[in-house]
Amino acid sequence: MDLSYGPTFDAFREEVRTFIATHKDQQPKHGAGPKSEEARSWQATLIKNGYHSRTIPKAYGGFGAEPDIIKSRIIAEEFSAAQMNTGFSGQGISMLTPVLLEMGTESQKQQFIEKTIHGDIIWCQGYSEPGAGSDLASLTTKAELDGDEWVINGQKIWTSTAHISDWIFCLVRTEPEAPKHQGISFLLFKMDTPGIEVRPLVDMTGSANFNEVFFTDVRVPKDQIVGQRGQGWQVANAILGHERGSLAPPDAAMTRLNGVIRLMREETVAGERVIDNPIFRDRLLKLQGRVLAMQYNDMRLLSAKINKQTDTQLAGMVVKLIGTELRHEIECLGIDVMGEIGISYEDNPYLRGNGSWQYQYMYFLGLIIGGGTSQIQKNIISERGLGMPKEPKIATVGA
Amino acid sequence: MEFGLSEEQTLLQDSVSRFLKDNVTLDAVREVAAGDTSDANIWRGLADLGIAGLIIPEAQGGVGLGMLEAVVVSEALGYHIAPSPFISSAIVAPTVLLAAGHTDKLGDIAAGNLRVGVAFSEAIGARLDAGVHISDDALTGKLLFAFDAHADAYLVNGPNREIFWVDASTTGLTRRSLTTIDKTRTICELQFNKANAVPISEDAEVMQAGIDAGRMVQAADSLGAAQAMLDQAVAYAMQRKQFNRVIASFQAVKHLCAEMASQLEPCRSLVWYGGHALSEQTADARLTVCHANAHLSEVAQFVAKTSTEVHGGMGFTDLVGLHYWFKRIGANRQLLGSPEAVREEAARLQNLID
Repeated sequence: MDLSYGPTFDAFREEVRTFIATHKDQQPKHGAGPKSEEARSWQATLIKNGYHSRTIPKAYGGFGAEPDIIKSRIIAEEFSAAQMNTGFSGQGISMLTPVLLEMGTESQKQQFIEKTIHGDIIWCQGYSEPGAGSDLASLTTKAELDGDEWVINGQKIWTSTAHISDWIFCLVRTEPEAPKHQGISFLLFKMDTPGIEVRPLVDMTGSANFNEVFFTDVRVPKDQIVGQRGQGWQVANAILGHERGSLAPPDAAMTRLNGVIRLMREETVAGERVIDNPIFRDRLLKLQGRVLAMQYNDMRLLSAKINKQTDTQLAGMVVKLIGTELRHEIECLGIDVMGEIGISYEDNPYLRGNGSWQYQYMYFLGLIIGGGTSQIQKNIISERGLGMPKEPKIATVGA
Repeated sequence: MEFGLSEEQTLLQDSVSRFLKDNVTLDAVREVAAGDTSDANIWRGLADLGIAGLIIPEAQGGVGLGMLEAVVVSEALGYHIAPSPFISSAIVAPTVLLAAGHTDKLGDIAAGNLRVGVAFSEAIGARLDAGVHISDDALTGKLLFAFDAHADAYLVNGPNREIFWVDASTTGLTRRSLTTIDKTRTICELQFNKANAVPISEDAEVMQAGIDAGRMVQAADSLGAAQAMLDQAVAYAMQRKQFNRVIASFQAVKHLCAEMASQLEPCRSLVWYGGHALSEQTADARLTVCHANAHLSEVAQFVAKTSTEVHGGMGFTDLVGLHYWFKRIGANRQLLGSPEAVREEAARLQNLID
């Protein structure tokens, strides 16, 4: 067991700290939109210094460093400790860019990667449909070739950022006769193409975190496809696993739990500080133990990545399931320790933490469902982690 | 950076597991549980592997390894529900004696020739009807739920967290075996009537060091026992058929197994880190031990119940013997402090309690 990153990385950590100290003032102000000049200039500074798009080749606008998990981790640690703005995120950066690097054509890489990481193109992801959620591969939005163009008809749902996106990467059915996993293609097209309608989908938090997107005879150039016709499922799956674990990082859970501790010290009910109530305290301590287990699980995963070990498959599979459920419970405790103050929302003058406790409590219920529901995670864990068989398919009646 | 077991630690676990697989079969456990034989032969075999002196320095005749190795061994012992005095004689007693600077008995302990039991229950959660008082280095009173009814000597707590050494054969000491649900290990009551006792320590920190070490290997024992129950649940579900298919193909059963695995797998990292933290005496060592112990009590309890359910009616019978693991986990949960009590200690360590 060696938990240090080693002396060779001390110099690198110093370098990161110096950057943070000398650039803290250049960060965009809170609330600066992704298209604002200060946000874009900050993003460019981060990339130029290797603190964003670190391993993306220089030819595509990145910093061009060799992949180094420890250095990436040190950057994340130092930025988080200093509460520094880490630049642009979103599905174009976290999901599409890795896909293009792995499976895109040279001209697609040239056309999209630099603009994506610099914020010139904001992307949304068109995967889920009203009739294709957990069973994503049954999606029915179709694309038919007409001359040199795909003609797209159908509907997507749960499309976050669609209302501010420039482009969409989208799964569509191009081979209706093929088995469902083999008839899907991965297309890229502009969101201002005629025939696209975006409707915000207000969720239980009161915000519109997602959209519905409707396609009516949307015409897209034939070459705007990643991978071959019918290979879209494989293209999408190359990165889906990547999204799951990142939905519930244990360090963020610990930060929120420490927020609960602060609340419990500050709030009083019937003249008693909440922290002095043994029932609430035991709930807190139980959660703290569970978060600790997930933090060390995370450390084990990081170590396995660095040392190229492969015996941590199960440890990785459980992160989304346990992490989102755990986070939901932490937010719930945050509400409960406030009692009736805990139901305050929006403009209530007694609001605590800017209303984040109720908001996150609901938002994480969304994440328990999104990105593969807890039930789907349990299927994956039992089948791929424990080697249990798939549920037999029921023969479709009358089909 | 390397978070995990070294090659040597993995080899150690493998060699202990191999010994246990060959020598501590379910039939062997049943014999000990029925009282037909004691755990002496198993302990002899483990001592020959160096387990009795695992954390005792080489200068005192031990193997000189640390608490990470101790949790790794303890996990294997829990997996095979091995009857042995490992927690008391190999972990708590040496930790206390080393911390107190009493090294003369360590060689015999390491060789497996001297079994030391531990009676610290009154220091952890005093009962109104128990406890001892001291006059002229002699003890009078009684201590409940001492580890190891077959020990040659005991480390016992005084009224103020002092520690005394009492030989099992001392005049004035009566030992009474206490039956518990867990028949893989023995628990007893010690009654003292002006029994001679040798003072070992007056330092509450010494006792705490012993309790911390005990709680840590106990957590690892529960981890191993729970892993064994999960493995058995999956294996059983893969061969048991109902409605013309193995029950492992039903989501209702699969999801129970997935829930067990999801809760248990992160525990492995927590237990490893706890062992490492104790070895290195990191600032968060005590807090981690408390959390590892309490969290494993909860998760192992969940696995114990759920695995039994996956086995259906067979899980409830004596035939498959699953209940030995269930009961070992149940005993671990209460001994050395219930999870509620241990979490309160964790709260105190963080100054969450005035």
